[in-house]
Amino acid sequence: MPILVIRNIRKSFGQTVALDGVDLSLKKGEVHALIGENGAGKSTLMNLLSGVIQPDSGIMELGGKAYKPANTTDARRNRIALIHQELSLAPHLTVAQNIMMGVETSRFGWLDRKALFRRAGKVLENFDHPDIRPEKTVGSLSTAAQQVVEICRAIAARAEIILMDEPTSSLQRDDVQHLFRLIRKLSADGVSIIYISHFLEEIRDVADRYTVLRDGRTVASGKIAEVTDDLLISQMVGRPVDMLFPPRKPPAEPARNLVEVRDLSAPPVLKNASFELKAGEILGIAGLIGAGRSEMVKAIFGLERSEFGKLSFAGNPLSPGRSTPTDRIRQGFGYLSEDRKREGLALDLSIADNITMTGYSSCSKFGWLNLRRQRGQSEELIKGLGIRAQTPTQPVMTLSGGNQQKAAIARLIHQKADVLLLDEPTRGIDIGSRSKIYEIIAELASSGKAILMISSYLPELFGMCDRLAVMRRGRLSPIRPISDWTPELVMQVAIEGEDPLSL
Amino acid sequence: MSIEPTEKLTPMDGSAIAKWLTIIAPFLGLIFVIATFAILTGAPGKYLSPFNIRIVLSQTVIVAISAIGMTLIIVSGGIDLSVGSTIGLSGVVTALGINAGYDPTIAVMAGICMGGVVGFVNGAVITTLRVVPFIATLGMLGIARGVAKWIANQEPVNVAPTWINDLVVTFPNPPWLLLAPGVWIAILLAIVMAIVFRNTIFGRRAFAIGSNEAAARACGISTDKLRIWIYTISGLFFGLSGVMQMSRLRQGDPTVAAGTELDVIAAVVIGGGSLNGGQGTVLGAMIGALIMAFLRNGCQQMGWANYVQEIIIGSIIIIAVAFDRLQSRRA
Repeated sequence: MPILVIRNIRKSFGQTVALDGVDLSLKKGEVHALIGENGAGKSTLMNLLSGVIQPDSGIMELGGKAYKPANTTDARRNRIALIHQELSLAPHLTVAQNIMMGVETSRFGWLDRKALFRRAGKVLENFDHPDIRPEKTVGSLSTAAQQVVEICRAIAARAEIILMDEPTSSLQRDDVQHLFRLIRKLSADGVSIIYISHFLEEIRDVADRYTVLRDGRTVASGKIAEVTDDLLISQMVGRPVDMLFPPRKPPAEPARNLVEVRDLSAPPVLKNASFELKAGEILGIAGLIGAGRSEMVKAIFGLERSEFGKLSFAGNPLSPGRSTPTDRIRQGFGYLSEDRKREGLALDLSIADNITMTGYSSCSKFGWLNLRRQRGQSEELIKGLGIRAQTPTQPVMTLSGGNQQKAAIARLIHQKADVLLLDEPTRGIDIGSRSKIYEIIAELASSGKAILMISSYLPELFGMCDRLAVMRRGRLSPIRPISDWTPELVMQVAIEGEDPLSL
Repeated sequence: MSIEPTEKLTPMDGSAIAKWLTIIAPFLGLIFVIATFAILTGAPGKYLSPFNIRIVLSQTVIVAISAIGMTLIIVSGGIDLSVGSTIGLSGVVTALGINAGYDPTIAVMAGICMGGVVGFVNGAVITTLRVVPFIATLGMLGIARGVAKWIANQEPVNVAPTWINDLVVTFPNPPWLLLAPGVWIAILLAIVMAIVFRNTIFGRRAFAIGSNEAAARACGISTDKLRIWIYTISGLFFGLSGVMQMSRLRQGDPTVAAGTELDVIAAVVIGGGSLNGGQGTVLGAMIGALIMAFLRNGCQQMGWANYVQEIIIGSIIIIAVAFDRLQSRRA
């Protein structure tokens, strides 16, 4: 008799369908692994279960009764606790206060501090972690210890189901083993756990059963001991490549190396990345979220402190560690952020301002803008890139996501960048804009620009790139022509770190 | 090959109307205030007489000039609480300069530059020590006031009459000027800064860091350097306000203008400036300053107590911002 049953759950955000028929059943006291590619819908499902969002349709049953959490408090009351990727502790409060948050002991409305510390201490006793004392401030603890506190909080709220969203992403190897012991103890005590992870070896180590999500759908489930890694991976990626991509021919040989990167490190994530980028090619970087891909391009662009690197452009060495984006832009680099809203566009400024922001010098003299020229240049790019807008002076935020992204790319074209560092250029945009953006990128490459494209969407990498490398936990695999890779192979390297080709 | 974009065009009508409303709303507010008092006083001719308008405009000069500088800071996502103290300090410096026997022009320059120095220090503290603007300028509020009292020996610095005293008089000399020279200076500076915002790289970048600092940095804008410039230039405006203040009092009073920063911030905010940065206009700030000046003047003419003005102005600030929120939510 399963404790939690999920049947045919659907959820969309505007036009984007996040979940499109998810089934899952969780037994009492089991550790259930939830696996799938980035964007498959795992985190959305966790948010549904913990009451952050509500499903459009479908059934959730908890202990045989309908379960419809209206908010997170409701979920807690139903003994379901979510442990986020990023910890949600109050760093200035004590361990005890954090553990008992929301279930504080009180006497006639007054906080009963003694009971609070006593009960927090009792929960902590489960975990043989003598260094975590109830009166310590959480901010002074290591990440691993903070995770223990977070789990203690779930236990203090007497959670019967604990949802863990990539709990090991910030942990060292020893701490991972520690966490697994903890999970086994919890499951022996009858607590059920849904465990999200990209790392198959972890899942084999700790989980009993699994469910695979793909494109918001449950595609497989069963006992983890009965499947091979290969089968799991093909279940995760098995989908046809869309016919969205423009035809591409690899750059004419011998293409010159435009950029050379040697031993680029950006602590704490990125370690010794080396690659070269040729004029006219598209180099793809695959990997899981958090693998260090964004850190790599940010380090190249001068947005992140980097070390030990050697960087050269068209044969001239550039200082890697101390340069600012201003220097990089002058040297011919262009950067498209993965986060359009936070780091890409100034949303309440006009399209024209956003397009010309990096390249003001081409439409100004002695600091004075030539507004007509700025408008003309913007109009040209708006037309050329098919940005659906009425006038260059309208604020960027009035555009749809896809058109906003085109405006962000228009900026790189306007600044006449020779090297384009594109971080998730099609994240979260509609299919029409996506195919247009592929077309633009292919055109830029054939005009001799060097393009580095980070993507978590494998079909896009296979449809666009000439060469590909995979990053895993801050390390970059050797670069190979795209024809040497298969989606299964990429996932295998991204998840397991083994490169079967080099064996 | 390429698939036609499927997304719908974003309707522009709603946001265009909203944009228009935010621009004309302060105007309507000003007209409303003037009309209300013209009727309330029962003597529209007197309230709207050239004489009274001259008085109101002369009274607005100090807040208006500072509001130009404050617009620059608020647009860039900052705040400055040290305006009142800077005005006091600059006035004292100007007065001391005259008394030391310097040419009044030199003394005025010294007063303005004093404001620039205070602004530079604010900008440097914010960018290099990473102290948030609210706290950095709160500290400067005390420091500048203290320095003003110190160099003035804790008492007003009286000065011999010079042309400086004529800057904000009600009846200008020569009479064909119609308005006090200070009023013309404020109008001129407002126009210049409005053009700077619209037509210079500096102005557009000020908007850019206020709208999205991370994006600005990724676009190669040296955000720290720009911020220091913004605070320094704004400081020059506050310094000029200090000169005007000294001109009006005919002495450098180190304790004057306490709390003026709140009027200045209110002017910018009533005029459509957003404390989140990225939004604000010089014209709006000028109208905001006028709304408050006409309100004060009207309340005085009605013989209402000071506290009535304070309550009304406080309410107007809240209404103006609430209206703005409503607009942006609908857009």
